[in-house]
Amino acid sequence: MSKVLTKAAINPLGFLVTNAGVLSLVQDAGRFGAFNLGLTNGGPADSLAFYWANSLCGNALNATVIEISLGGLQLIAQVDCIIAVTGAPMPLTVNGRAKTLWQSFLVKAGDSVCLGFASVGVRCYLAVAGGFVIKASFGSTATVCRESVGGLKGAKIAVNEVLPCHVVSRGGYLRKHLMLPESRQPHYANEVLLHTVLSYQQQHFSAIEKRLFFANDYQVSKHWDRMGYRLQGRAIKADINGILSEGICYGAVQIPADGQPIVLLNDRQTIGGYPKIGAVISSDCAKLSQLRQGDSVHFEAISMSQADNLFHLNLSRLKQTQLIHL
Amino acid sequence: MKINDTIHLNVAGENALILYFSLREQSSLVVSAEINRTVQQAEQLIRQHLSAVIVDLIPSYASILVVFDLVKIDHHHLRNQLQELLKQCNLANSKLGRLIELPCYYSLESGMDLVRIAKHAKLSVEQVIALHQGQEYRVYAIGFAPGFAYLGEVDERIAMPRLTTPRLKVPKGAVAIADRQTAVYPAQSPGGWNIIGLCPVEMFNPQAKPIMPLAVGDRVKFIAIDRQLYLNQGGKLS
Repeated sequence: MSKVLTKAAINPLGFLVTNAGVLSLVQDAGRFGAFNLGLTNGGPADSLAFYWANSLCGNALNATVIEISLGGLQLIAQVDCIIAVTGAPMPLTVNGRAKTLWQSFLVKAGDSVCLGFASVGVRCYLAVAGGFVIKASFGSTATVCRESVGGLKGAKIAVNEVLPCHVVSRGGYLRKHLMLPESRQPHYANEVLLHTVLSYQQQHFSAIEKRLFFANDYQVSKHWDRMGYRLQGRAIKADINGILSEGICYGAVQIPADGQPIVLLNDRQTIGGYPKIGAVISSDCAKLSQLRQGDSVHFEAISMSQADNLFHLNLSRLKQTQLIHL
Repeated sequence: MKINDTIHLNVAGENALILYFSLREQSSLVVSAEINRTVQQAEQLIRQHLSAVIVDLIPSYASILVVFDLVKIDHHHLRNQLQELLKQCNLANSKLGRLIELPCYYSLESGMDLVRIAKHAKLSVEQVIALHQGQEYRVYAIGFAPGFAYLGEVDERIAMPRLTTPRLKVPKGAVAIADRQTAVYPAQSPGGWNIIGLCPVEMFNPQAKPIMPLAVGDRVKFIAIDRQLYLNQGGKLS
């Protein structure tokens, strides 16, 4: 696989955007090490689908891809290249012919790549062999619209823009066709279990409030985005109103005065002053980011050691998964 | 978990721990330059000694969020290492930060909440401006948005709670007050702080060196400028 990458050459050509869809963003693994400037992480909302998109293209795991939320992205390839789309089941066509997600395939210069809208799930990842070639800001290409940082112009992808990519030399094509076994493909649903570590100000929530929090289902409200998911359900009360503003980690569950939990995700503010009851583990944050308004979540308390075990179990499963050569 | 009499360690998330700093055995956290200096000292120690396993740090008023690499270290080991490293860390007698002067155009035109603050404080607008200018502030934290520096503390008399409904657009450069904190908005954004003036200095510019004029620990004084000087220095009025 690495052979293909070494033969690749940087080319100003890539994919011409003919329809930008609802929200399409340039993303790599995220921006780390810039918290001191107030910059958040960004990066793929669903890190698992992102991982597979790059893996199927033989890419480095932090290579730059396009994250498509809801759907509607249409591109015209300006070069021959290998692409893969993973994530929510959006109808994918090349020149009008249906294509399968979770596998890499060749597109030729002039081909039209179209994504429809997902009926379940929210986000898809389109990767190209060698990655999209975007200039990094603060060490990352990840787009955070709220900060006007990353991507082509610090904003979502717009019509008529060109997303440059590496050109794969002839001869490198065939061996690049890979597929994730169906048994390993994530299943997208309208309900997600959120494993949560009790943390931060958890001592300011009484035993009863905690029990209510973990016993009840919550629905995704109309306020859901890459910054955070505001939920609706049984209100939870802390015995404090606010705290001295402090650093917010990925997955932190903030409880504002109205008692409705907010799970903070990739584009969250770095510092905030609302009490937090805990934090959802990263693999479940990825699942949460595939939900939309009206979908349902349930929180389940786990210990830090259980969270650690789950992280490493997921990681070793990923590493042991063999892609199918087509 | 207790590290020493003034530092406690708590879980934040799957790959994050949070250190809390206080004055002696206090349960509630308070804003204090002394504590904030200790935060800075601890931050430097962590960056120096644990950078191999740390993804990033968020220092704030009285805490440091420590985000670590789960592949390289687990929370047990990191706890032990932090404990060992910070045991000796105590109320620092570090040197004073740099003094940075920020020009501010205080006026009814540029400070749409001046009158409200004056009424709330039972003071004149001129007195509100004088009190805001009279204080030397400390940069306690940077975050929330790129280049947003939390400055404290504002004179108690002009402390003002956030707006109940945040504005959709606060102009770039707005100098504002929330409770006993003050800040300059680095870019136009939504916000609930009370606006008292405009500052023409760029607070966040990726093309400039340094990117931000302020760093945590710096001292800040606001210097009143008039409309013409504000415009001459590149300030904008909508």
